[in-house]
Amino acid sequence: MSFDLLVSHYNYWIVIFLMMVGFYILISRGNLIKKIVGLNVFQTSVFMLYISMGKVSGATPPILVYPYGEGDVLYSNPLPHVLILTAIVVGIATTSVGLALAVRIKEAYGTIEEDEINAIEARTEAAE
Amino acid sequence: MSAHLPILQVVVPLLAAPFCLFLKRGRVAWGLAVLASWAALAIALALLDQVMREGVLSYAIGDWAPPIGIEYRVDVVNAWVLVIVSGIGAIVSPYAMASIEREVEAGRIPLFYAAYLLCLSGLLGITITGDMFNVFVFLEISSLSAYALIALGQARRALTSAFRYLIMGSVGATFIVIGIGLLYVMTGTLNMADLAQLLPEVWDSRTVKVAYGFLTVGFCLKLALFPLHLWLPNAYTYAPSAVTAFMASTATKVAVYMLLRFFLTIFGAPFSFDVMALDRVLLPLALVAIASMSLVAIFQVNVKRLLAYSSVAQIGYMILGLSFATVTGLTATLLHLFNHALMKGALFMAMGCVMYRIGSVHINAMAGLGRRMPWTMAAFVVGGLSLVGVPLTVGFVSKWYLILGALERGWWPVAILVLLTSLLALVYIWRVVEAAYFRDFPGDEQTREAPWTLLGPTWALVALNLYFGIDAGRTVQIARQAAETLMAGISP
Amino acid sequence: MTTLLLLALAVPVAGAVFIALLRKNPNAREAASLVTAGVLFAIVLRIYRAVSGGARPEVTLAEPLPGIRIALEAEPLGVLFALIASFLWIVTTAYSIGYMRGHHEKNQTRFYLFFAFAIASVMGVAFAGNLFTLFAFYEVLSLATFPLVTHAGTDAAKRAGRVYLGILFSTSVVFQLLGIIWVYAVAGTVDFEPGGILRGNVGAGLVPILLALFVFGIGKAAVMPFHRWLPAAMVAPTPVSALLHAVAVVKAGVFSVLKVTVYIFGFDFVAETGASVWLMWAAAATIILGSLVAFTKDNLKARLAYSTVSQLSYVVLGAMLANGLGVIGSGMHIAMHAFGKITLFFCAGAIMVAAHKSEVSQLNGLGRRMPVTFAAFLIGTLSIVGLPPTGGAWSKWFLGVGSVEAGQIGLVAVLMLSSLLSLAYLLEIPIRGFFGKEGEGAHGAHGDGGASGEARAHADGSAPGHADRGGSHDAHDPAHAHHGTHQDAHAHHGAPRWSVAAITVTAAACIALFVYPEPFYRLMTMVTGP
Repeated sequence: MSFDLLVSHYNYWIVIFLMMVGFYILISRGNLIKKIVGLNVFQTSVFMLYISMGKVSGATPPILVYPYGEGDVLYSNPLPHVLILTAIVVGIATTSVGLALAVRIKEAYGTIEEDEINAIEARTEAAE
Repeated sequence: MSAHLPILQVVVPLLAAPFCLFLKRGRVAWGLAVLASWAALAIALALLDQVMREGVLSYAIGDWAPPIGIEYRVDVVNAWVLVIVSGIGAIVSPYAMASIEREVEAGRIPLFYAAYLLCLSGLLGITITGDMFNVFVFLEISSLSAYALIALGQARRALTSAFRYLIMGSVGATFIVIGIGLLYVMTGTLNMADLAQLLPEVWDSRTVKVAYGFLTVGFCLKLALFPLHLWLPNAYTYAPSAVTAFMASTATKVAVYMLLRFFLTIFGAPFSFDVMALDRVLLPLALVAIASMSLVAIFQVNVKRLLAYSSVAQIGYMILGLSFATVTGLTATLLHLFNHALMKGALFMAMGCVMYRIGSVHINAMAGLGRRMPWTMAAFVVGGLSLVGVPLTVGFVSKWYLILGALERGWWPVAILVLLTSLLALVYIWRVVEAAYFRDFPGDEQTREAPWTLLGPTWALVALNLYFGIDAGRTVQIARQAAETLMAGISP
Repeated sequence: MTTLLLLALAVPVAGAVFIALLRKNPNAREAASLVTAGVLFAIVLRIYRAVSGGARPEVTLAEPLPGIRIALEAEPLGVLFALIASFLWIVTTAYSIGYMRGHHEKNQTRFYLFFAFAIASVMGVAFAGNLFTLFAFYEVLSLATFPLVTHAGTDAAKRAGRVYLGILFSTSVVFQLLGIIWVYAVAGTVDFEPGGILRGNVGAGLVPILLALFVFGIGKAAVMPFHRWLPAAMVAPTPVSALLHAVAVVKAGVFSVLKVTVYIFGFDFVAETGASVWLMWAAAATIILGSLVAFTKDNLKARLAYSTVSQLSYVVLGAMLANGLGVIGSGMHIAMHAFGKITLFFCAGAIMVAAHKSEVSQLNGLGRRMPVTFAAFLIGTLSIVGLPPTGGAWSKWFLGVGSVEAGQIGLVAVLMLSSLLSLAYLLEIPIRGFFGKEGEGAHGAHGDGGASGEARAHADGSAPGHADRGGSHDAHDPAHAHHGTHQDAHAHHGAPRWSVAAITVTAAACIALFVYPEPFYRLMTMVTGP
C-alpha cells in the first residue's frame, strides 16, 4: 500500500478511526449513557463516510449557477448529503429513545451501571 | 385506487399511528389500530393477487421515475412477506385489547397502539420498497417503535432488554447503512433493480465485497442468527405478550426477507453463492444455531424465554434452507417464514392468555392449567405440535421441504440433524404439556379460562396452522414461485 | 363406494362427538360407543365385500403438498386389518363397560372419547392410499392413544407416557419420515402401487438402508431395540392394552411394515436385492429375546407385553422373507395373533377386576373360581403358540413354509424354539389357575426366576392396579358411584358379565379361525397375486 493511497484516502482513515473509537466505547463501557455516546460516535463516522464521498474534487456546492444549463459547471453530489440528513434524524431519535430508556432504568434499578444492573437481576432471578 | 395500493400499504398504518396518539381513550385507539391493520392485510392480499396475475408491480413515489425517485416494487417474494406481516398484525391487534389492558398502564395504551402501528408500517415499508436507503429508514422506524414496545413490559427487566436491543439493533442498522453507502459509491444508484443491473460489472471490486460483509453482519444481527442473537431472548421474554406474539412472527421474518432481497436480488444469487460462498458460511452457523438453541430451550423455566430460544433455533432452519442454494431449499425458507409466523404467533398468544389469568409464564405456573384453561392449553399443544412438525400442521410442510432440499443436495446427515432437532422441540414443548396436564392446579379455585377476546385470535392462528398444514398447495406454489424469482440466474 | 371409505373415518369421529355430548349419562354414552362400533364394523364389512369382489375404491381428501395427497384406498391388506380392528372394537367396548365400571376408573368419558379417536386413526392407517397418509394417521394414532396410556394421571403414568411418545415419535420422525422423504426424492411419488414404486429408481445399495429406515422407523412394530414403549404402555387400563396394544396400535405398526414392503418396495424387488436378509435376523432376534424376557416377568400384563413384542416380529419376519408365502403368513398372523392376544389381555383384566391379582405367582387356584376366564386363557395360549385347533396354527405354518422357501432353514429353528418358549411362559398361567394350590402364591414365584415376587408386584403392578383404585370413590362422575356398587356385587365372585361375554367371543373366534381361515387367506392371496 503506497503512501499516496494513504493520503488520498485520508477521509476513509478518519472514518475508520472514528468508527473503531465509537465501537470500542460501546463494547467496553458499562455505563449506559457512555454506551449511547459510543453509539453516537459510531453513527457519526458513517455520516462522515457518506458526506465525504459526495465530494467531487474541484466541484462547487450543488447549487445551480446562473445562467442555468449553460457553461461547464461541476457540482458536488447532493444525494449523500440529503441521505445523511435523514440518517441524522434517525440518529437523534435513537439517542432520545436510548436516553429515555436510561432514565427509566435509573428509576427502576437506581443505577445505570451495567454490572450493577446485572447483579440486581441475578439476585432477583435467584429469588424467584 | 388500486394503482396506489403499494403506497397505501405503508401509508395507512403510518397515518393511523399519530391519530392513536390524539385519541385519549385506549379503546378508541385500539379500534383504529384494528381497522388500520385489517386494511393493511386487505391491501397486502390484493397486492399478492395482483402480482400473481400480472407480474411485478412498480410504483413511483410522487411520480418521480426510478431510478432517481423512490420506487416501490412488488414481486411475489415481498407480496408474500407483506401478507405474512400484515396478517399477523391483523390477528394480533384484536388480541391486544384485553392483553394490553392487563399488562400496560392505562395512560400508555394509546401510545402503545401508536408504536404498534408504526412498527407495522416500518416492517411493511422495509418489505415493499425498492430503494436501498428507504430500507434503512423503515428499518429504523420499525426498530425504534419496537424498542418502545418492548420497554412497555411489566417487569423492569423489559427496560434493560429494550436497551440492549437498542444498542445491538442500532449497531446492526449502522452496519447496513455502511454497506448501502459503499454500494452507492460503486454504482451511484440506490434503486435495487438498477443495482442488480450494475453490480455484476464491479463484482471483483474489494469495496463491493466489503459492503457485502457489512451487510451480512448487519442483517444477521437483525434476524438474530446465532451467535448474534443475544438481544432476542430477553426482549421476547419481557415484552408485553401481544408485542412478543407480533414481533416473534414478523420482525425476524422481515430481517430474513432483507437478507434474501439484498443477497439474491441485488447482488444476485450467482455472486452470493459462487463468489462469496455465502452458503458455506451460513450452513455451519445455521446448524449450530438449530442444535445449540434447541438444547438451551430445553433448560428454560420461563416459557416465553423457552419459546424465544426456540425462535432462534427456528431462524436457523430458515437460514439452513438458504444455505442449500437450491430452489427447493429456498422454498423451504420462504415456507418456514410463513409457517413459523403462524406457529410462534399461536404459541406466544397462548402464553399471553396464561399471563392474563395467572400473571406468570413460569413453567410452574402452568401446573394444572390443562383443566383450568383447557382451550388455552389445547392451543398451546397444537401450536407446539406444529413447531415439532407433526403431519397435518404447517410445521410438517416446512420440514418436508427442508429435508427434501437436504436430500437433493445429498446431505443426508443434515436431514438427520433436522429430524433430530425436531425431537428436541418435542422435548421442550412436552415439558410444558406435562406441567399442564399432569400436575395439580395450586392456585385459586376461581381461575377461569381466558376471555374469548384473547382465545378468538389465538384459535384463529391455531386454525390456520391446521388449515395450511392440510392444504398447503397454495402456499407451496407461492413460495416456490418466489424462490424461483430469487434464484434467477442459478440453474434450478 | 367411496362414501363408505369416508364413513369408515367419519363414524368413529361422530361417535366421539356423541360420547362427549352424552357425558352426563353413562348408559347412553356406552350405548353410543357400542352403536358406533357396530356401525363401523358393518361399514368395513361392506368394504370387504366390494374389495374381495375386485373393487379398489379410492378417494382423495386433500392435497397438502403438491403431488402429495391425503388419500384413502381400500385394498385387501388394509381391509384385513380394518376388519380385525373394527370387529374387536365392538368386543372391547363391551368388555370396557364391565372393566371400567368394575374398576371404578375416573374420567371414563375421556377414555371412550380418545378410544374412538384412536379407532378413527386406525381406520386411516388401514385405508391409507399413500405413505404420507399412512404416516399422518400413524402419528395421529400415537397422539390419540397418549391420553389413554396416561389415563391414571399418576407419576408412573407420566413416565410411561414419556417413554411411549418418546420412542414412537423419535423413531417415526427420525427414521420413518426420512425414509418417506427419501422415497419421494428418488421416486417422485409416495403412492402405494402393486409391485412397488422403487424398482428402477434406486440403486441396489440404497435399498437395504431405506428398508431399515422403515422397519426401525415404524416404532409401533416394536422391533428391538425400539420395543420399550410397549411394556411401558401397560400402565394403561386393560381394555387399552387389549385392543390398542395387542391389536390396533401394534398391528398398525406391523401392518405398515408389511404394506411398505409390498406396495412401496415390492417384495420381489426386496428379494432380488437381498435387502432384507439382515432384517430377517433382526426380527428373529426380537422373537427370541422377547420370549426370553417374557419368561422373567411375573407381572401378567408385562409378560403379555413382551410376548406381543416377540409375536409382532413374526409379522415383520414374514414381510422380510419377501416371498408370497411369507407375506401370506405375515398377514394372517396379524389376524390370528390379534384374536389370541386380545383374549389373553381380556382374561388378565378380568382377573384384575375380579380378584385384584396382577402377578402370575398370585394366580394359584384361581381357575377353579373363574373357570371361563382361565379356559379362554388356555385357548388364547394355544393360538399364540400356534397349535391346533386354533387359528394361530395357520399363520405359523405359512411363516415356516415361507422361511424354507426363502432358503433360511435357521429361521425355521427360530420359529420352533420361540413356539416352545411361548408355550412354556403362557401355559404356566392356566396350569397355576387350575392345578395350583390357593394360598401358596407368591412363594412359588421365587422358583421361576423372578425377583422377590411380592415386592415387585407392588413396584411393577402398582400403576394399573393400585393407582387407579386410589381415586375410586371420588364419585367424579355422578352416575359412577351408582353403577360401581352394582358391579361390586359381581366383582368378588367373578369377572363382570360384560367382560366374560367379550372373553367368550374372542376365545371362540380363535377356534373358529382354525376351521374357517378362508376370508383372511383369500385377502392375502389377493395381495400376493397368483
